[in-house]
Amino acid sequence: MRPMLSMSGVTKTYATGAIEVQALRGIDLAVQGGEYLAIMGPSGSGKSTLMHIIGCLDVPSTGRYELDGTDVSSMTEKELAEVRNHKIGFVFQAFNLLPSLTALRNVELPLVYAGVPAADRRERALAALTKVGLAERVQHRPGELSGGQQQRVSVARALVTNPALILADEPTGNLDSRSTRDILELFSELNEAGRTIVMITHEADVAAHAQTTAHIYDGLISPSPATAGVSL
Amino acid sequence: MGWAETARTAIAALNARRLRSLLTMLGILIGIAAVMLTVGLGQGASAQITAQINSLGSNMIIVTPSQTTSSGGFRGGGGSASTLTTQDATMLANTAVAPDVAAVAPTSSTSGSLQSSNSTWTSTVVGTVPDWQQVRARTLASGRFFTDAEVESSAAVAVIGADTASELFSSGSPLGQNVSVNGESFTVIGVLDSAGSSLSSNEDDTVVVPLSTFASRLSTSSTANSVSSIYLEATDADSLSAAYQEVQTALLASHQVTSSDADFTVSTQASLVETATSITGVLTLLLGGVAAISLLVGGIGVMNIMLVSVSERVREIGLRKALGATPGVIRRQFLVEAGILGTLGGVVGIALGFIGAAILTPILGMTVLISIPATLLALVVSLAIGIVAGVYPASRAAKLAPIDALRSE
Repeated sequence: MRPMLSMSGVTKTYATGAIEVQALRGIDLAVQGGEYLAIMGPSGSGKSTLMHIIGCLDVPSTGRYELDGTDVSSMTEKELAEVRNHKIGFVFQAFNLLPSLTALRNVELPLVYAGVPAADRRERALAALTKVGLAERVQHRPGELSGGQQQRVSVARALVTNPALILADEPTGNLDSRSTRDILELFSELNEAGRTIVMITHEADVAAHAQTTAHIYDGLISPSPATAGVSL
Repeated sequence: MGWAETARTAIAALNARRLRSLLTMLGILIGIAAVMLTVGLGQGASAQITAQINSLGSNMIIVTPSQTTSSGGFRGGGGSASTLTTQDATMLANTAVAPDVAAVAPTSSTSGSLQSSNSTWTSTVVGTVPDWQQVRARTLASGRFFTDAEVESSAAVAVIGADTASELFSSGSPLGQNVSVNGESFTVIGVLDSAGSSLSSNEDDTVVVPLSTFASRLSTSSTANSVSSIYLEATDADSLSAAYQEVQTALLASHQVTSSDADFTVSTQASLVETATSITGVLTLLLGGVAAISLLVGGIGVMNIMLVSVSERVREIGLRKALGATPGVIRRQFLVEAGILGTLGGVVGIALGFIGAAILTPILGMTVLISIPATLLALVVSLAIGIVAGVYPASRAAKLAPIDALRSE
């Protein structure tokens, strides 16, 4: 079976002035369809850079990255935007909802960029909001919702395009313990329903909800936390 | 993302910062209104002056003296004395010399202190001949104009304008009354019909007396037979240019000068209109230019605000990109925002221009002409200003890398 997401030898080098920083030093990673993977690592480990590349927000310096059978390693910005729109649903730590739009309009946003007609858009957004348990709150603006509810809206937004991959970047970082539990339960439900999820986190108890965990340290994937510890 | 959706997003963004959008529009609004009003005033003034010149009389030719440097050597001794004389007028009245001239009215004028039995007034005093009435196309409200015989005998009679009549003789008929002009006594024999005000003087505030009487009693000129201008009328519109040529040729010959050092100027209504409209044209251009600068400043204001808007909305732009907005879609969104600011400013500015024109017309006593093509042009210009001002901010927004945009807190 072909993996949903596969990386081989991915590196990323940033040139800041005269100094070159190698954030990723050769990542090999494969995620199967329906898998729930947590990527753990301390700050500075390169996990944000890896998240950007998985999310097609940035391209690798070298190496090959295939998402859902498409090689995205050397795409233009326009093509990447389309891949992000069709294949990836983002859940951010800071929710990143537009404050002036209602929950419904926020969820509709990816469909707007996909060119979905208005009536169809509304129907799909309502369905996604119902799925995350916010059917009663569709006309509320983000400022009128709790942190947990806002994160549910952004999960609904990630789901609405029916993407190949849900990419969550520290999704519980801004939430209290109760909302954290709610959101992680929501992810588990989605995964049981067949969704492929990649979650970036630095908290072990959050990562424990995933089926598998990969550890990133110093720009490389380590097989287990034990070996990562040894290499210190 | 379709245009309708882009416009909806742009309007929502502008609406979210309502006060700022209004203030930004104000720059364009004032600029457009100012351009429309100044150009409208210029066009109105031009139309009004043309109408006034045409109302002076039909098929009219005016000869006025002019000082030229080459002839100034020997004519300069006369001081302010006019180079035109009653002899010139007599010569031009000869049909053998100028067959296409129908009437000739040599005219002198001065300012006069008037005194009636119960009132004093200051007005323009004109000395001329009966032909003046025909050349200037004036009719009488009451009484009669003076005759050639009265010019011959230097009779102390006067025909006065409608305004002068009401100033001097507020009650009762002015006919037969005495009026003192600069200390000389005249009998009022006629009152002119109203003709409205012209370029510089009120045509209804005047005292017309026989030229001979003017020369002997009122003239301040050193030369007794000099006149300040000669009005002529061509027999009809078709012979106007022939008459013009005849007058020019006859005067050059009798003054023994060539056209390059002529001591007089012959103008027709057409040439006066041309001169007047070229002057108002320059004025309109000047004022319109100043107003256009304010429009330019308004455009820079739009650009400034769009740049501020882009840097304020870095996170929003990043998010939109992450969700699938291509650089082109982001660029278009900001261009449409700037275009809407410009167009809205333009529309309100045009409305303000119309209101301003309606208010200014009675206040200034001048017509403010606002034409439909000028209005449409203003609309296109305001849209263009908005879009041009939006190009740079929009391309900055489009070039933002999504990861940098999402990172910024």
